[in-house]
Amino acid sequence: MNGKGKRMTLEKRHSLTGWGFLTPAVVLIVVMNFIPMLRALLLSFQAGVGNRMSFAGLYNYIRMFQDAVFLRSLANNFIYLLIQVPIMLVLALVLASLLNHKDLRLKGVFRTAIFLPCATSLVSYAIIFRSLFAVDGFINTVLVRLHILDTGYNFLGHAFSARIVIILALIWRWTGYNMVFYLSGLQNIEYSVYEAAKIDGATPFQSFWKITVPLLKPTILLTAIMSTNGTLQLFDESVNLTNGGPANATITMSHYIYNMSFKYVPNFGYAAAMSYLILFLVAALAFIQMKVGDKRD
Amino acid sequence: MIKRKKVWQYGFLILASVFSVFPLYWMAVSATNRSAEVIGGRMLPGGYLLENIKNLLAAQNVGRGMFNSLKYSVILTLISLVICSLAGYGFEIYHDRMKDSVMSLLLLAMMVPFAATMIPLYQMFSGFHLLNTTLGFILPTLSTPFLIMMFRQSARSFPHDILEAARLEGLNELQIFFRMFVPTMRSTYAAAMTITFMNAWNSYLWPKVIMQDTSSMTMPMLVANLTEGYVTDYGMLMLAVLLCTIPTIVIFFILQKSFAEGITGAVK
Repeated sequence: MNGKGKRMTLEKRHSLTGWGFLTPAVVLIVVMNFIPMLRALLLSFQAGVGNRMSFAGLYNYIRMFQDAVFLRSLANNFIYLLIQVPIMLVLALVLASLLNHKDLRLKGVFRTAIFLPCATSLVSYAIIFRSLFAVDGFINTVLVRLHILDTGYNFLGHAFSARIVIILALIWRWTGYNMVFYLSGLQNIEYSVYEAAKIDGATPFQSFWKITVPLLKPTILLTAIMSTNGTLQLFDESVNLTNGGPANATITMSHYIYNMSFKYVPNFGYAAAMSYLILFLVAALAFIQMKVGDKRD
Repeated sequence: MIKRKKVWQYGFLILASVFSVFPLYWMAVSATNRSAEVIGGRMLPGGYLLENIKNLLAAQNVGRGMFNSLKYSVILTLISLVICSLAGYGFEIYHDRMKDSVMSLLLLAMMVPFAATMIPLYQMFSGFHLLNTTLGFILPTLSTPFLIMMFRQSARSFPHDILEAARLEGLNELQIFFRMFVPTMRSTYAAAMTITFMNAWNSYLWPKVIMQDTSSMTMPMLVANLTEGYVTDYGMLMLAVLLCTIPTIVIFFILQKSFAEGITGAVK
């Protein structure tokens, strides 16, 4: 009895020590994430300007779907998501499996080169791409010199080409990042599996589809969820590459929320409601991806 | 047949590498050229670097911006590593059912978009007079579920024999953490440091919200400000972009190897 009692207190002490280790981090996340999240929910049911707010029910949520600019930003986020994320993930996967070949030379050089864009700050790369694609920018100079164009084309001044530049820039910045995750995942796959497949007569394309993709599935799921989350929250690129233009044609939801909160007359209630739509979309898409990811087992 | 396959393989990798490096090369070279030369398509280093430096210093307080960004990022990284590694270690080594469910609750915070917490945080911080302060910059991202998860994952590979032996030697729990765990987990710390420093240095939305004084502006904000106005001096602009990129590239090159190892540990 005595021994058992002493053991219990030891275990209890052990558990308390553990709480001591994690309390600062947990308190910070609660105060900096969960409480603001709940306050934003309350805010989203209020309307008014500045600090004079009053309860407005679902007004903000209804207004959102009649707001042409917001609908445009929602569509933009989905265009970026549906076009850029698949291209980027496939590209990252192909590059990772090419780099995984045992007898490849200059492996380190290729890996470093392809990962290098990730070391560039979001503002920096947005400005680099903006300068490259400016009317008097490098791309236009080359195109004119090659006689493909007569005069510089305003890539960022037309909705369609501006969106393509944003997608191109996003692919440039993030492909290497995802590639690193795949490369790490590939290290858990025995190389002999590929050699055996080769002896059995599998083409490289077949071993990519039948070995690499299925075995990397957890990592692919992880990167898909991370990229979806990131794409729905795009801000820096929209602000610094196109400034949302021309005429809000490339604006993202986060950019519009920022404008609604800090640039125009502050409307925190409406901004909070829009941010809750992002929260809902992120959660719903993550849920769907996890379901789809499980199914193929 | 084999040769043709190799040509494709190398060709694709070379193409991807050129596509990845070219914009950065162009940026670095343009920083040494006159704006007119940049527009003219010059792709070789020029002799206009000093002139660009002079113009940039006259246009913006770059020293201040670099100092601010460095100060915020270093302080955030150091405190964040301590808090998150303590928590990750705590969640793994002392795990029980309660702590496990707290951890899964924390993971939910990864889903919360920053846009959703930004406004209440801004209201709260302006109430506590935290606008334009280092504390205001670091508080929202000091503790992140991602880092905690990373350290929890690495604590899983921490041998229990060492733990028991250290306890028998009479070390207390905190001493075990600092003397045993921290030194053995160097590569995790290096990876966590790279990620945290880069995120801090590159962050833009939050500083844009709370750093309203020009004297507390960060480097990315300052660079973004340079693009306002009708005429762009490309040489000067690319010099600013280059300065804003150097710290993260340096960190990346120093910690590259441990970064890959740390990520491998986290994915496993």
